[in-house]
Amino acid sequence: MRAFTYERTKDASAAARAVAGNPAAKFIAGGTNLLDLMKIEVETPTHLVDVQDLGFDKIEATRDGGLRIGALVTNTNLAADERIRRDYGVLTRAIVAGASGQLRNKASTAGNLLQRTRCPYFYDTNMACNKRKPGSGCAAIGGYSRQLGVIGVSDSCIATFPGDMAVAMRVLDAAVETVDATGQRRTIPIADFHRLWGNKPEQDTVLRQGELITSVTLPKPLGGKHFYEKVRDRASYAYALVSVAAVIQPDGTGRVAFGGVAPRPWRVEAADALLPRGAAAVTARAFQGATPTKDNAFKLPLATRALASVLAEARA
Amino acid sequence: MPDLSEFEMSRRGVLAGGAATAAVVAAPLGAAQSDIAQARATKPLPVRFSVNGKTRELSLDPRTTLLDALREHLHLTGTKKGCDHGQCGACTVMVDGVRINSCLSLAVMHEGDEITTIEGLGTPEELHPMQAAFIKHDGYQCGYCTPGQICSAVAVLDEIKRGVPSHAQDDLMTKPTATNVEMRERMSGNICRCGAYSNIAEAMAEVAGAKA
Repeated sequence: MRAFTYERTKDASAAARAVAGNPAAKFIAGGTNLLDLMKIEVETPTHLVDVQDLGFDKIEATRDGGLRIGALVTNTNLAADERIRRDYGVLTRAIVAGASGQLRNKASTAGNLLQRTRCPYFYDTNMACNKRKPGSGCAAIGGYSRQLGVIGVSDSCIATFPGDMAVAMRVLDAAVETVDATGQRRTIPIADFHRLWGNKPEQDTVLRQGELITSVTLPKPLGGKHFYEKVRDRASYAYALVSVAAVIQPDGTGRVAFGGVAPRPWRVEAADALLPRGAAAVTARAFQGATPTKDNAFKLPLATRALASVLAEARA
Repeated sequence: MPDLSEFEMSRRGVLAGGAATAAVVAAPLGAAQSDIAQARATKPLPVRFSVNGKTRELSLDPRTTLLDALREHLHLTGTKKGCDHGQCGACTVMVDGVRINSCLSLAVMHEGDEITTIEGLGTPEELHPMQAAFIKHDGYQCGYCTPGQICSAVAVLDEIKRGVPSHAQDDLMTKPTATNVEMRERMSGNICRCGAYSNIAEAMAEVAGAKA
């Protein structure tokens, strides 16, 4: 691990200023992804700003009937919150489908949104990777791509966003709230939070240097039945090959987002509208223009089957 | 702005023998020079936390993980280093009552925390019920993953008791119970290369039953 200096502050603006003023500085919350990447020197911050004392660790009701989730609420505490389990079941189900009990106890809500791809070429510092080293090329294209993206990817990068929690948040139309070094606040719809790679795969999200996530808001509950169907190589503690987050209403309408397939949770609102016509209609629309590799083309029929299984359960 | 002064040294200074003799350069560092400077240790930071009920004060390179602080600085070698990347669970300890991977956490981030390691659960003379159950049910072969398995197992039964949900639950509004499927799902962050899983689950079932 490269050497770094460390500070811990109770003041969000001071934290934002410390990171904004130093392009090699980073926030650290749970640290479960950042430290992992620092050990293999994929991440090499020279300064860490510990944000654990900022007080963003509560889940509170919003005025419009939704919830505001503090950026530091752990995955475990978010999944276990009674309001989340009752009214936003898709979110609890997505969180408990990810990582391990130990990691969920440490991983934060903001950190989970910011977790980096699990593309093996991103982790292997001997390989070309535009995301890790801009301009070095993409060894995944033409390489081992079974886990990688089938849509929304580019000629520079075919990695996926690996998380589960954000896929549920996409279905729920969550919004990410931030503050920057000047005290300026902004609200970013989750749909716009993760970037498509384009020719700049080194930048995962629309956040600017030093912009700090303070909370994630959920609109008022949608009702309906909530599902998170995750297909993976092991029964537990593995990243998704394909996942389906869905909220289905009694009349068969609803919303659906897919994980493990794209640089961000993949939801196409026009495909939601086809839910009453069945899984094949939805995925045909949601994955229109997909560019799978030979190794990961299986993800397209797998997405249809995973959604079909959810819809069958919704009818049951 | 952070104080980066300890990074500002010449390549010759580093090669000539490190921190004490390093010369400070006037010009900004080139990328290669800053890479070399970065490999150096940085100024140690003080941290104080309690381990197994005893207050410990350390002065640590900020890079030191909680795992390395426990093993290398406090010589509590019961907690094991397996993968050092949060994948195997051998380093599992309890911090403020919940289990975490100590390898993926910086020691300096634990100021004021209460840490429990395998050494704090029981002693050879007075075993924790989970330790006794692991022995009775042969919940290990080589034993390397065992301290992490036992810490995790104790924490899992507590999580079930507190109603923390899991992937194994059908109904999120029903309190979970310590079924075999529940325990296996919740223990998936602890890998056992010897494959003692079924015996570990039996040990856990006995402790869960005894408590019920």
